[in-house]
Amino acid sequence: MPINRRLMALLSGLLLLLAGLAVQATPRIETWETSKGARVLFVAAPDLPMLDARIVFQAGSARDNGQSGLASLTADLLDQGAGEWDADAIAERLEAVGAELGIEAQRDMASVSLRTLTRQAAMDPALETLAAVIARPRFAASEFERVRANVLIGLNRDEQDPGTLGKKAIYRLIFGDHPYAADPAGTPESVAALSRDDLARFHARHYVARNAVIALVGALTRVEAEAIAEYLTSGLAKGESAPALPPVQDSPSGALERISFPSTQTHIYAGQPGMTRTDPDYFPLYVGNHILGGSGLVSLLMEEVREKRGLSYSVYSYFLPMAERGPFLAGLSTKNDQGQQAREVLMDTIERFRAQGPTQEELAAAIKNITGGFPLRIAGNGKIAQYLAMIGFYNLPVDYLDRFNERVEAVTATAIRDAFQRRIDPARFTIVIVGPDGTALAGREP
Amino acid sequence: MKLRLIFAALLMLPLTKLASASQVQERILDNGFKVLVKEDHRAPIVTSQVWYKVGSSYEHGGLTGISHVLEHMMFKGTEKLAPGEFSRIIAENGGDENAFTGRDYTAYFQTMAADRLPISFELEAQRMRYLTLPEEEFLKELEVVKEERRLRTEDDPESLAFEQFNAAAYEASPYRIPIIGWASDLEGLRVADLRDWYHQWYAPNNATLVVVGDVNPQAVFALAEEHFGPLSAEKVSEPKRRAEPTQRGEKRIRIKAPAKEPYLLMGYKATAIGHAGEEWEPYALEMLASVLDGGSSARLSRELVRGSRVAASAGASFSAFSRLPGMLLLDGIPAKGRDVDELEQAILTQIQRISEEPVAEAELERIRTQLIAAKVYERDSVHAQARQIGSLETVGLGWRLMDEYVDHLSRVTPAQVQAVARKYLIPDNLTVAVLDPQPIEGKGPAPASPGGHARAHQ
Repeated sequence: MPINRRLMALLSGLLLLLAGLAVQATPRIETWETSKGARVLFVAAPDLPMLDARIVFQAGSARDNGQSGLASLTADLLDQGAGEWDADAIAERLEAVGAELGIEAQRDMASVSLRTLTRQAAMDPALETLAAVIARPRFAASEFERVRANVLIGLNRDEQDPGTLGKKAIYRLIFGDHPYAADPAGTPESVAALSRDDLARFHARHYVARNAVIALVGALTRVEAEAIAEYLTSGLAKGESAPALPPVQDSPSGALERISFPSTQTHIYAGQPGMTRTDPDYFPLYVGNHILGGSGLVSLLMEEVREKRGLSYSVYSYFLPMAERGPFLAGLSTKNDQGQQAREVLMDTIERFRAQGPTQEELAAAIKNITGGFPLRIAGNGKIAQYLAMIGFYNLPVDYLDRFNERVEAVTATAIRDAFQRRIDPARFTIVIVGPDGTALAGREP
Repeated sequence: MKLRLIFAALLMLPLTKLASASQVQERILDNGFKVLVKEDHRAPIVTSQVWYKVGSSYEHGGLTGISHVLEHMMFKGTEKLAPGEFSRIIAENGGDENAFTGRDYTAYFQTMAADRLPISFELEAQRMRYLTLPEEEFLKELEVVKEERRLRTEDDPESLAFEQFNAAAYEASPYRIPIIGWASDLEGLRVADLRDWYHQWYAPNNATLVVVGDVNPQAVFALAEEHFGPLSAEKVSEPKRRAEPTQRGEKRIRIKAPAKEPYLLMGYKATAIGHAGEEWEPYALEMLASVLDGGSSARLSRELVRGSRVAASAGASFSAFSRLPGMLLLDGIPAKGRDVDELEQAILTQIQRISEEPVAEAELERIRTQLIAAKVYERDSVHAQARQIGSLETVGLGWRLMDEYVDHLSRVTPAQVQAVARKYLIPDNLTVAVLDPQPIEGKGPAPASPGGHARAHQ
């Protein structure tokens, strides 16, 4: 059980991993639509005899429509019985050929990903199972009850983790009435109220071809990839793309919430609505945040909070760009009697960066890091498949990868300062503090 | 089905051939530094990893956690580099870097564009012999590590339970030591202790360099000679042997911590490669763990989560590749309306079944297929390949095992799985720990004193 010292520190870097790309050796993306209307993005990768297939639907929790946890539970049930196979048979069919299936619902998207060998004896049954899982899940009552009961246990376990409690709370406060406010897993009450018919309806509406994007990376020809995409969507209804989500509103003033928890550390989260995946300020905000709190050990927040003062193991800031404005979040955790000091350093650093912007040196270093790291980010079929799904899902241009580095290089210090001053307002931040009562006494009340 | 016709033309290479083409090249420099290189030209990148033979299992009472603190300090300055400069240089060159400490190793890596390899070598060679360990940096970094311990252990009830379970299970084996160290040992650590630890273990003859990526092995050897060749070797003694005495009866502990759900941990003392009576035993134990938990079709998911529904989740794991004998571990969370006793009984029933009836050939075949597929998937990441090579080398088994272990596992028979179950998975070898959740709401602050969790087990 190795200790990965940067795991927490790199959190923000990972969340924005999908952003950093450049011109060198960019994979050649081919794109088309299946006859049912699903968009396909394909990269031929002949070196290894394997396929990564990733199907994403606009079927995340933002579509829960008041039934919090619906999208997530629907995704959880997909492989627990589909077509002619029960849960045991699905697991057996995939694992008997060494295939791996992953299913997850976040706020914007539900994703189903398969990794398999391209040997016919492996790939045929793996794809056949995948097609059934997305198109013909059974939602059997007994499996529904079992999975729901286990989701409720997971939600209960979340409440023993102060970090998770704080993160759920800050989303609730930042997003208010917007569907992004709810945690994708839902609440014990909302999950208890769901029925298997709710799931079947949700599936019928959202797991449809026109609401899907298929990413394929592997040892396939274009002809083979077309046949696979056609086959995977053959069982889906054409359906319709999901409607646009409502825009995220700014809160007129900030908010502060304290959550009492008997922990040895106080967790502090600060944030506000951030940016969309297609935001006109995307690049200045992305590069700016990389300097502020997105570049692990060399970020300004890490320098001020950890390197200079030893206050926290992990400290970060990130934008999570989504279909509508996802959050800008910053956070740390520190022993209880340092909560106030750490919070001040965190806020002062953000405010100073907003006021002054980066130095030329900081900007140059960040651009070199982002553009120089480009080959790493696309090294591997699995990574490329994630990019393809992201490009397809958010309707980014197909040359997004090719042009990423030049856009990063075009960002100026002035543009960053300007974008941060227009878009980030610490005076209206939402702040959540989790820790024992009385340890994180108020400093600056909003 | 239509698919069959369409895919008839796809690649049909024999899997075993794909799985075994590792082609590692080895060179040992005059100072004892071992360099292992594997070419992978799929992308213009390289990962470079330095693995030291030191970790928490080399530590002793009073100094626990020192290997991990030293890992943090490796970023805090050398004779030529200011604190933090290492990371800034790597970042400016577009690199990903990280480090990790385990029981049997401490490793440092950079992944970068292939042409930046000289930068990685220059910096790693610096900190192998010329770390400065400034006291003021140490004092700050020690606070960071204490925060890491609070975050990942003190405030995480399952992690806390695991730490105490481990310390209860092992009597003399240094595997009882938590990697991050006991809280009071961290309090007592001094920079002089780190200096001694650094000089004792950080030397070219106690380290292995692993390079995987778009490189030419001969050029890598030359570059390694240039940067690491001039470093002086150190007299490195093997750590003293601290063999675990035979366990004489089941052990049970209960861990009370603020939590919402109970958690069950069970461990049977087992063996490891190089320690077993029969060479196949550790491999049979790995296969046994996969029969129980090699995916969602394995027995724990099928029987306990989906079948009897006694578990919300249940897992099993065993690693044949450790320096010292470890445990076969089982863990789980009871399903709603069930309790840890029922879950434990259900797991024991599964253990008994393996002891009493031979595993079906089809189950072993499924696991073999998964192993071979995983070897192919592993090649999608240069980092994963290097990590495999580095860890095998550093625990003392040698990188060649990388090519052989799938064969070793594939040769395991149902009778051998049964034999290791009967030999090792017996009550006298068992430790059981239960997390006993204490109320979270309405309680005041938890005891936060640094020595609060330093209580070792009898």
